[in-house]
Amino acid sequence: MSSRRAAVQPTPDIVAISSKTGSAGVALAFEHVSKVFPDGTRALDDVSFDVHAGEMVAIVGPSGCGKSTLLRLASRLSTPSGGEIGVSDGNLGYVFQDATLLPWRTVQRNVELLAELAGVGSRERALLASQAIALTGLSGFERHRPRALSGGMRMRVSLARALTMRPRIFLFDEPFGALDEITRERLNGELLDLFERERFAGLFVTHSVSEAAFLASRVLVMSARPGRILAEIAVPFGYPRATELRFEPDFAVVAGQISARLREKLT
Amino acid sequence: MAEVSRPVPGQRRRAVAQVVAPLIVFALVIAVWLFISYVLLEPRRRFLMPPPQEVVRVGFFDGRNVAEILGALWSTTQVAIVGLGVSIAIGTVIPVAMIQARWVEWSLYPWAVVLQTIPILAIVPLIGFWFQFGFSSRVLVCVLIALFPIVTNTLFGLKSTEQAQHDLFTLQRANRVQRLLKLQLPGALPAILSGWRIAAGLSVVGAIVGDFFFRQGEPGIGRLIDDYRARLQSEQLFASVALSSLLGLVVFWGFGLLGRLLVGAWHESHRSTE
Repeated sequence: MSSRRAAVQPTPDIVAISSKTGSAGVALAFEHVSKVFPDGTRALDDVSFDVHAGEMVAIVGPSGCGKSTLLRLASRLSTPSGGEIGVSDGNLGYVFQDATLLPWRTVQRNVELLAELAGVGSRERALLASQAIALTGLSGFERHRPRALSGGMRMRVSLARALTMRPRIFLFDEPFGALDEITRERLNGELLDLFERERFAGLFVTHSVSEAAFLASRVLVMSARPGRILAEIAVPFGYPRATELRFEPDFAVVAGQISARLREKLT
Repeated sequence: MAEVSRPVPGQRRRAVAQVVAPLIVFALVIAVWLFISYVLLEPRRRFLMPPPQEVVRVGFFDGRNVAEILGALWSTTQVAIVGLGVSIAIGTVIPVAMIQARWVEWSLYPWAVVLQTIPILAIVPLIGFWFQFGFSSRVLVCVLIALFPIVTNTLFGLKSTEQAQHDLFTLQRANRVQRLLKLQLPGALPAILSGWRIAAGLSVVGAIVGDFFFRQGEPGIGRLIDDYRARLQSEQLFASVALSSLLGLVVFWGFGLLGRLLVGAWHESHRSTE
């Protein structure tokens, strides 16, 4: 615990990045980031990219390519072996693949958890939570416990919980990966609505090419381990986006481009 | 939540069957008992297995006997309660310390295991030598028996927090106290309560055993049972044993209820089995 606290203090490297993230609306900056685990696994190799304020960037890549590691580094759960990571705002929203709800708490109290830990007063907490609950379609479920909720509902609670802190930067780690196709598409739509309304900076890690293309304005393709950025593909559709976009020919073209880069072997 | 608004006929039948089945077994036990008392044993040796109605008449309907037995039982119960309380206090603090620093766990846990393996009966006379035969010595015997299950179960519960849940708290920069009070302890509650339930039963046994072997100081049910045995007052003996068993049952059921109340809403292990 105490060592993590030390990592939050500004070091010369982070200050340098902060100047970059402070200007030009860069919310999240990765500069030549690499990560080697203690057992010798090289997870990431010289990864560099930026996420701007109000922009949704997706990362697609094969399993084990280091996508989740990138997010862990950004949120300071882990430290990079090389390179620097800068964030314009320490207040990050993190949505895991597992909803990670506390089973002994009701939905209301789960949503209030982060605010509670941050020391927010109970009245304000309840207000923030109600707003988040309304935004994520959970109204009426406040007194339910996680065991009574479906996977999709639990993910909504996880989202609502992250929303209470009003983060300007969101990190999504394959949040809908464990859900069925129908729920996944519905939640994609809801997340997009949220994004269009709140306009946070988002980094969305996923396996799914169509999910990446549907949500993001830029899609980064990562190689297999050790993870490198192979390509960056711009998604030429503006916001707001309709669900029907998925079925348009232009969308298929973009998804095809992404898919093709994914399948490319490194020579 | 899965709710049933009113009992379906099948369910009511099942509930009735669940009550009737053990009663049938009980009746069979009584039948065998009577058989042994009256058929297998000649009157001279009937004291070995006094008939059930005699046990009830002498043990429960004789005012003086009842008072003696219940008084001793109450004395033993007090020892068991205090013993359990002390075990819970110590047995909760130690695991909390263990999860703060690995070296605490490494240094203390092996001794907890040693505690478990010491034959208590061999230690009881030693405790008598060192600490005499008063209330605190009896409590000590209970604690020696009941402490280990509480430590193990509490430690297990505290360590069973998922990494993802820990990460969630780390991301929010939660301090140690918040982590303990809002994540680890609530999450450990099912295991902790299981430990308490086991320890409660053991504490009753410890109180009775301690009393049985001490032979001095405030008499509890253990000593009374031994006295009845020595005087061949087998009806009172059986009655005492039955009441001790009843005490154990009440304790077991009581902690089961506590588990259901505190944790049943969210954890499988403590829900009433259907």
